[in-house]
Amino acid sequence: MTPKKVISALFLSSSLLAPLANADIKIGVISSSTGPIALVGIPQKNTIPLLPTSAGGEKITYLPLDDGSDPTATVKAFKKLIDEEHVDAIIGPSGSGNAMSVIQFAAESGTPMLAPVGTAAVVLPMTEQKKWVFKTTQNDDLIAEALVEHMKSTGVKTIGLIGTADPYGENWAKVMKDLTQKSGIQIVANEKFQRQDTSMTGQSLKVLMANPDAVLIAAPGSSSVMPQTTLKDQGYGGTIYQTHGAALDPFLRLGGRAVEGTILAASSMLVLDEVPNSPSKEIAAKYIEDYKKLHGETPATFGANVLDAGLLLENAIPSALKSGKPGSAEFRSALRDALEKTKEMPATQGVYNMTAEDHSGFDERGRVLITVKDGKWALLK
Amino acid sequence: MNFQIATLLGQDGLTNGAIYALLALSILLVFTVTRILLIPLGEFVTFGALTMAAMQMGKTPKLEWLLLGLVLIDCALDLYQQIKYHIDRNKMKMIALKLGYAVVIIALLNNVSLSEIPMIAQIALTLCLIVPIGPIMYRLFFQPLADAPALVLLIVSIALHVAMVGIGLLLFGPEGARTQPFSDSGFRLGAVMLKSQTLWVILVSIFLIVTLFIAFERTLYGKALRATAVNRMGARLQGISPVFAGKATFALAAFIGSASGILIAPITTLYYDSGFIISLKGFVGAIIGGLVSYPIAAIGAVAVGMIEAFSMFWASNYKEIIVFTLIIPFLIWRSMNSHSVEDEE
Repeated sequence: MTPKKVISALFLSSSLLAPLANADIKIGVISSSTGPIALVGIPQKNTIPLLPTSAGGEKITYLPLDDGSDPTATVKAFKKLIDEEHVDAIIGPSGSGNAMSVIQFAAESGTPMLAPVGTAAVVLPMTEQKKWVFKTTQNDDLIAEALVEHMKSTGVKTIGLIGTADPYGENWAKVMKDLTQKSGIQIVANEKFQRQDTSMTGQSLKVLMANPDAVLIAAPGSSSVMPQTTLKDQGYGGTIYQTHGAALDPFLRLGGRAVEGTILAASSMLVLDEVPNSPSKEIAAKYIEDYKKLHGETPATFGANVLDAGLLLENAIPSALKSGKPGSAEFRSALRDALEKTKEMPATQGVYNMTAEDHSGFDERGRVLITVKDGKWALLK
Repeated sequence: MNFQIATLLGQDGLTNGAIYALLALSILLVFTVTRILLIPLGEFVTFGALTMAAMQMGKTPKLEWLLLGLVLIDCALDLYQQIKYHIDRNKMKMIALKLGYAVVIIALLNNVSLSEIPMIAQIALTLCLIVPIGPIMYRLFFQPLADAPALVLLIVSIALHVAMVGIGLLLFGPEGARTQPFSDSGFRLGAVMLKSQTLWVILVSIFLIVTLFIAFERTLYGKALRATAVNRMGARLQGISPVFAGKATFALAAFIGSASGILIAPITTLYYDSGFIISLKGFVGAIIGGLVSYPIAAIGAVAVGMIEAFSMFWASNYKEIIVFTLIIPFLIWRSMNSHSVEDEE
């Protein structure tokens, strides 16, 4: 045989043998551990070794892939996992835009997809395609409700918005518009910025001129810091609200004194010591401890979203195994049905109750109001 | 819009504009001397800022491994050439010197408590760490292709940029960082508060531009570089080494890039991938100068900063669009005024 033939023969046999060799449950994990949203993707990738390794007596294998934050690469990775690896479910991707671009492929192949992304648009409004998608983060409006309630109770009448010019900021602007209308709060300024902007003077001056009672900054990760420091530098004295996108330790480090007193709503993971005991608290505490042991740092909540996806699957697999063997279309479809029937399942981010309409499944147990006190996160009392 | 807001925005635009001007000048310098469009210039900005931030957090900047790696490759190549052709005492000494330099820098970084030394020492160390990367980069990636068509050089330059962004993520992580301001005071000018860092940026930029001007007008090395820019073949016939010219301009570009990063790091959060968009604005300035004229490029870059600041105020949604659309009228104007297309190849 020529070398070329040998190689192709090897390839053929390996691709034939692979499905026989392990009849385990195969889960693909796509994260963006490089590229612009690496801040979200790296803790997610780091969480993969902590995911459950077996469920219902079957071994679970995880197949991690990196999409470099690029939606095209996400689609490729998705197709590879579905067509070549025949995975039973996919956890990921990290980015909202990336997730939006692969929903149709999950639906076409009948593969359940558990997206640890922020935007509610991946599961709302529910369509035939989105039936295959589950979301392991709180919907923006759940977080926003908590903030708007707090604004109302403290007598805030006018607010200014500063958001990133990406799906994250846009969606928050939309959600806030709906919610504030109902509560009689007026949005007097709505400014946008880019994550990489080196200056925010213009936007914050515009907000200052409108003189709102409070300002909400909607930006993912450490990009949420600059609008706030600029506002403080220019002497803004009102309350500043942040979204759960800011709930990261770099926010405290970069912001320093300027972020003192910020109010945000996020999962209780940040203030575990202060919240009352609950099954969620135990799971989150264990996750944080394991993660610290493995990587030597505290995990961001983004990582916990992936762990929750793993827990949801672990919970759903035993009942799905009754309907088919792993690797078959029946199994995947049964897995989807079982995920949709998840009831009162505690996980790091709260308690899941999935229904045919709600594929995020969180209620107010999934969020608490948090503030920054002496450079640390503290429960808002 | 009142006077106070206009001055605040003006101050902001001038600060950013000064940085863009510095970058525009080094893009121009590298382009005229070597025909390379230095896309990775922005990465020097972020490397400078993030290395400085790492030092202030008391961490040893991981960039030392990049420097060590590059120096080792560089020395290995030199050694290989020495052995293959003929052994030259002086060249061997140079190799030893280079290796010694890298070792000394790394030893310093690991044995000094970086967060406690004065800021000026931190700045010096950051520059010592980053500036040598410039010439080594030229030697490894561009020197073998010095006579290749400009397009090939551009492709290598883009590849280098992509690689450096990846290395940046690896070395500095995805989180942004900012540094302490050089001095904490601000002072009042009429009704407007001037931030001291703004003055630092503007003053250092002006100082660097003036120094460059003097260096190019008065010193022999400066004149040699200018000669290479005007006519490479002619300069070569006069005994000016194109290799030296390339390395010197890359060292200058790395210096200006990392100095810009250190200057703006206290004002803004920089990420491992922020550099590109910053250098792109410097590039717009350089284009306005037609990639030949230094003064017009500097003025253009300051104009970019100003337009950016004011469009941020009026239409924050469209800021980037406005800034980068600016380039189109200049391109049209340039293409209408150019008489012939010079083909170097």
